[in-house]
Amino acid sequence: MTFEVPDDLKYQESHEWARAADGTAKIGITDFAQDELGDIVFVELPDVGDDVSKGAEFGVVESIKAVSDLYAPVSGTVTAVNDQVFDAPELVNDDPYGDGWMLEVELTDESELDSLLTPDDYEDQIA
Amino acid sequence: MGLLKPPLHGVHDARGAKFTEFGGWDMPVEFDSIRTEHESVREAAGIFDVSHMGEIIVSGPDAEALMQRLTSNDVTVLSPGDAQYSMITNEDGVIIDDTVVYRLPDAIEGDYLFIPNAGHDGEMQRRWETHRDEWGLDASVENVTSDWAMFALQGPDAEKLLMAAVDEHTPAEPTAVQNLKSFTATVLSFDGAECIVARTGYTGEDGFEILAPWDDAEAVWELFDVQPCGLGARDTLRMEMGFLLSGQDFHPEDNPRTPYEAGLSFTVKLDTEFVGRDALERQHAEGVAEKFVGFQLLERGVPRHGYDITNTDEEHIGTVTSGTMSPTLGEPIGLGYVPVDYADPDTTIHVLVRGNPKKAVIKSLPFNQ
Repeated sequence: MTFEVPDDLKYQESHEWARAADGTAKIGITDFAQDELGDIVFVELPDVGDDVSKGAEFGVVESIKAVSDLYAPVSGTVTAVNDQVFDAPELVNDDPYGDGWMLEVELTDESELDSLLTPDDYEDQIA
Repeated sequence: MGLLKPPLHGVHDARGAKFTEFGGWDMPVEFDSIRTEHESVREAAGIFDVSHMGEIIVSGPDAEALMQRLTSNDVTVLSPGDAQYSMITNEDGVIIDDTVVYRLPDAIEGDYLFIPNAGHDGEMQRRWETHRDEWGLDASVENVTSDWAMFALQGPDAEKLLMAAVDEHTPAEPTAVQNLKSFTATVLSFDGAECIVARTGYTGEDGFEILAPWDDAEAVWELFDVQPCGLGARDTLRMEMGFLLSGQDFHPEDNPRTPYEAGLSFTVKLDTEFVGRDALERQHAEGVAEKFVGFQLLERGVPRHGYDITNTDEEHIGTVTSGTMSPTLGEPIGLGYVPVDYADPDTTIHVLVRGNPKKAVIKSLPFNQ
């Protein structure tokens, strides 16, 4: 089975992605992660204004069969939360890189992006 | 030792199934999506490979006596082809395993068959043999787990699917299928393979369990053009019914429970003699302190095995034994034991979801009634 790994994102080993632009980054989980989890039924996320730290837990995603912590791929202050995934968590299954995004953060250290996996590296990890 | 594999492991793998370890077996947990599989069973039909379940045949002059003394229900009421749900209890009346006992149809050699849970067949074989020898009974105990594959065809369309698959030369077909009542078994032929077919299952739907000779398993499985389902959907389906999962909703060491606490008094016949009877008679007279209940979470979150249950004063009163987001109800549901004072429907309790108290309410079982 092949999974979508978009070229314009950076990835974390724990299967979160970051899409950086203009000092901010959108964050979500990968196609591989949503497939591993199965039917997602619940997402718990921080509030706008909260801080997240690279590598630290920032929320929880639950499928019918499992609970998984979410780890921030970058540090920053939350500027937006995708509250659509609270009422329709299946968006994370259906469109993990689009409508199923989770947070937008204002980056505190853009150089952290350099330590994330490239699409090629992430593809190797999930191969 | 590596994991045991059902005879269709390669077939499931090629179909794209995900696998999980269960009772020492590597079993398919999900083929497409738990929600898809669950809904198929509720609305049409699905088929599960449950070849990890054990099979033990007990035969001989004292087979009935041995079965009677090691299971809590009354096997003497069974005619050939009848089945009953029963408990295997220890001296304290604590459930060691739950099982279905079959008095084998005349067409099959042997007297009784019972189905222990995955990974329990060796323990049950030893238990039966040890007690047989201790009591000086004349019975053979044969563990045939690796001789039989087992499939569960479940859902409102199960009967017509079974009728389409059964061989024409099976005696009395198709009435053999239509006439098969709940908790009865017969022998039917599929693609030339003689199978034991029982109108039983663990999903709450009409359906059948098919014991197929190991070497014929693939041919029989392929006869059913229906949604394959994994243990994930089996778990959500049984939870909606409030059915217990061995090792999770009861466990002789980690969570010792009696049939009365588990709400299974119908499986206990105190007018028979069996291991644990005296302890259960005492509990029956005194009443239970805790009861198995279902609850629905009223706030966002999903109850999971091991989460604490508290009262509204935040005092610990129990532990969640099973929980999920119900695919049918679209609501988070759970199972567990609470003191009888909290066991009535509509009682408010709290479940600590990752340490945060979430309001929940006790519900009557099954959830999807």
